[in-house]
Amino acid sequence: MISSARLRRLSCALLLALCGLCGALFSQPAVAQDISSPLAQLATDSYADTEAALGALALSGSPAAAGIVSALADGKLVFSAVPRQVFLRTEAGLVDPLTLQPVADPPAVKPVRVNNRVRRAIEAANGTLSLVSPDPARRLEAATAVARSRDTAALPALDLALSKEADPKVKTALTLARASIVMGQPGVSDAERIAAIGLVGAEGNQDALAILQGVPAESSPAVKQAAADAIAGIERSLAMWSMAQNVWYGLSLGSVLLLAAIGLAITFGVMGVINMAHGEMVMLGAYTTFVVQDAIRTYNPGLFDWSLIIAIPLAFLFTGLIGVIIERTVIRFLYGRALETLLATWGISLILQQAIRTIFGPTNREVGAPSWMSGSFDIGQLAITSGRLWIIVFAILVFVALLATLRMTRIGLEMRAVTQNRRMAASMGIRTNWVDAMTFGLGSGIAGIAGVALSQIDNVSPNLGQSYIIDSFLVVVFGGVGNLWGTLVGAMSLGIANKLLEPYAGAVLGKIALLVIVILFIQKRPRGLFALKGRSIEA
Amino acid sequence: MLNLFTQARRAAGRAAVGATVLALAGLTVPAHAQETIKVGVLHSLSGTMAISETTLKDTVLFMVQEQNAKGGVLGKKLEAVVVDPASNWPLFAEKARELIAKDKVAVVFGCWTSVSRKSVLPVFKELNSILFYPVQYEGEESERNVFYTGAAPNQQAIPAVDYLMENEGVKRWVLAGTDYVYPRTTNKILEAYLKSKGVPAEDIMINYTPFGHSDWQTIVADIKKFGSAGKKTAVVSTINGDANVPFYKELGNQGIKATDIPVVAFSVGEEELAGIDTKPLVGHLAAWNYFQSVDTPANKDFIAKWQAYTKNPKRVTNDPMEATVIGFNMWVKAVEKAGTTEPDKVIPALIGVAVPNLSGGFSAMMPNHHITKPVLIGEIKDDGQFDIVEQTPGLIVAEEWSPHLEGSKDLISDWRSPLNCGNFNVKTGKCGGAGN
Repeated sequence: MISSARLRRLSCALLLALCGLCGALFSQPAVAQDISSPLAQLATDSYADTEAALGALALSGSPAAAGIVSALADGKLVFSAVPRQVFLRTEAGLVDPLTLQPVADPPAVKPVRVNNRVRRAIEAANGTLSLVSPDPARRLEAATAVARSRDTAALPALDLALSKEADPKVKTALTLARASIVMGQPGVSDAERIAAIGLVGAEGNQDALAILQGVPAESSPAVKQAAADAIAGIERSLAMWSMAQNVWYGLSLGSVLLLAAIGLAITFGVMGVINMAHGEMVMLGAYTTFVVQDAIRTYNPGLFDWSLIIAIPLAFLFTGLIGVIIERTVIRFLYGRALETLLATWGISLILQQAIRTIFGPTNREVGAPSWMSGSFDIGQLAITSGRLWIIVFAILVFVALLATLRMTRIGLEMRAVTQNRRMAASMGIRTNWVDAMTFGLGSGIAGIAGVALSQIDNVSPNLGQSYIIDSFLVVVFGGVGNLWGTLVGAMSLGIANKLLEPYAGAVLGKIALLVIVILFIQKRPRGLFALKGRSIEA
Repeated sequence: MLNLFTQARRAAGRAAVGATVLALAGLTVPAHAQETIKVGVLHSLSGTMAISETTLKDTVLFMVQEQNAKGGVLGKKLEAVVVDPASNWPLFAEKARELIAKDKVAVVFGCWTSVSRKSVLPVFKELNSILFYPVQYEGEESERNVFYTGAAPNQQAIPAVDYLMENEGVKRWVLAGTDYVYPRTTNKILEAYLKSKGVPAEDIMINYTPFGHSDWQTIVADIKKFGSAGKKTAVVSTINGDANVPFYKELGNQGIKATDIPVVAFSVGEEELAGIDTKPLVGHLAAWNYFQSVDTPANKDFIAKWQAYTKNPKRVTNDPMEATVIGFNMWVKAVEKAGTTEPDKVIPALIGVAVPNLSGGFSAMMPNHHITKPVLIGEIKDDGQFDIVEQTPGLIVAEEWSPHLEGSKDLISDWRSPLNCGNFNVKTGKCGGAGN
């Protein structure tokens, strides 16, 4: 492990070395080259030529280069086969890439094609070109891009940029980018290489690890030792972070399980209905989201970021209504007959699936993510995706809201009264029939809003519900039937246990192991984690 | 933790559905006074596989309509008989028997999963009929009554790996698949192939997930970690249908771009992408024998007619559809050559039949009952289509028995006389050598 004092010393040494180099470079003025030959290369419709042309453009210093590269990235760079020429496609028509003047008699053109290799070259070229951009944010981005590409050709540009850089944040990024490139280059002195290793090692992340593993095999033992030390240090800290990451994944999986199961905690947990159509309520909620998004896309695209918020109450009302209809037309005739209820709700689930398949087709439907749910951010070495974070927040909100409904509202009180002692509740003047319908509607509605959230991470297809139904029963039974807190703890512990097992056992064995654990647990405690006590369960 | 339950539950459920489906199954066109040739369609229209198979049912119906507009076959109109095996493997066998024995169809187009094909095999052998199987599969099979118009592993997986090696300089490989026979066999072949190319074992990571796996966080993070070891890494995905959407969403979420770690998929086509926002996926790859974006007059004509037939100007086409089209045209040609629909005459007549494929060449039925195909590598574009970045210069002949697997490297298949054998062992000189 490298001590921080040593690190600091090393980075100072490297900075000094760099400054010397920059000074030398700074005196040479950048000459704008003729870029006609790379332009001709772009028109040959070969990926290799395009890649080479990008490299030449990035180093040409031509003022037109940045525009050409970004046009290529956007698919706006086109070429004609006869004569071999490239043009920029703008709203005003084709223009010449150098003069930006409209082309008088445009020939037939095709876009210059881009594949992964070319895309990488674009990133690298963009990085090199924006190293001297006036905007510090762009310079920072460029420095990161160059560090990732580890493109040795960018070294002169990097040195030039370093010499001019004033912003300390960008300067650090540039120094790091330079260190990553220097690391793998032949003919670099040991001192410089060790300094670079120190700099990169201080980053402590996966990327740094990758760069350090790229130290050439023929380097001196001192360099190799420094690299090995730095790698060991990073791996130790990453192992800790990966534990935290697994717990986070577990919380995220747990929140999905909670969302899927919480509606069932009402219909199965509170009412005792073995509701096999529960998954289809989730599916209907997801399709409601799709319909809402489709309508928004057609009538008011500006509202797209709000689509999920709009979909939540609609999904609740729609699936709640379907739930009430199912309860009134089927389930109420089957109370107390578990087996019949199971078969009837299973039949309903098939009917709902096929109905959706007939209306929307068997293929997946696209539900987009609003901008606030896309992307990810890092806390230390912990990568947190915004979508998952929102789903956790949402699951907890739904849980709290449901708990509050049951504890604090009149309908909640009536629900609890009916489940605890139906006849006494009826004697007290509660319309038990109506309460049954409302309870089932509430459970279905909650399943519907779970569907809104799950549409963000899973297929919106008629089969959506099937994949959650067993999970949901597992969570409710494990947590303790009839206890909402049990569902919460059950979902979270199953989620975290699954994610802690997965890295060792693999996804398939991990699931099997977890199932075995739950079965054994249920043998020991048949009523789950939080067993209800009292008279109601004996009834 | 659920797969066991799900399977059991599905099986129980399907038995119940079976009864309903039986009632609905006779979706035949009312009998005409004029005599017709019946064509069986055995694709799931409900259950898990409906997502993929429904399109193929539509394709056969479309081809039947087109052929009838040209005057039918042997002067008779074709008539499609559609049944729904409901993604239920034993029901596939029942429905196949019904099509052949009761409806007297001359040929059947059907099946998607390998297990459904294996389940109908004995029926086709016993009742001596013809099955056209249009999906890319793991190989290791050649049957007298089955014609395979999808790709064998050497017509899809191996060229894709070659492309990544040569063009992207990939040195480290993640083989990720759903846990069933196609990914397991394909990955076995690929692992042997990669090792023969000098890839060390520590640079190959193999990962299996259950059907319909939806929580990819850990696995994608593992891939990211595996890919940051300083060597260019790619993922070869044999992940099946439904699990792909959450997989790609997670890749996008964790910021893995195609320029860092490209994913090449063998089960993701235009239909599957229709359910995903493809912007974060630009540059990830797929290997097929056909893409909708193939720029040939034949393909443009086909797409126009298909979209007019389905009355949906956005309806996509995909590789198994093309395989169905090729199989259908081959059967028509062979029946005309044989002058009868009698399977014993049509089966030998099919060998050597060549029909135009949609990517501008001709595909021929080989003696091993597989067809020759070009291999195309495409990169996903932001509109859900593929940009074809590589096409094999010629057609590739299927290796139904992989030379990379210990159990099958000595086997060949030739259904012409005098050999007439699907698994002839060249070492022992006997028919009936071991399969996988």
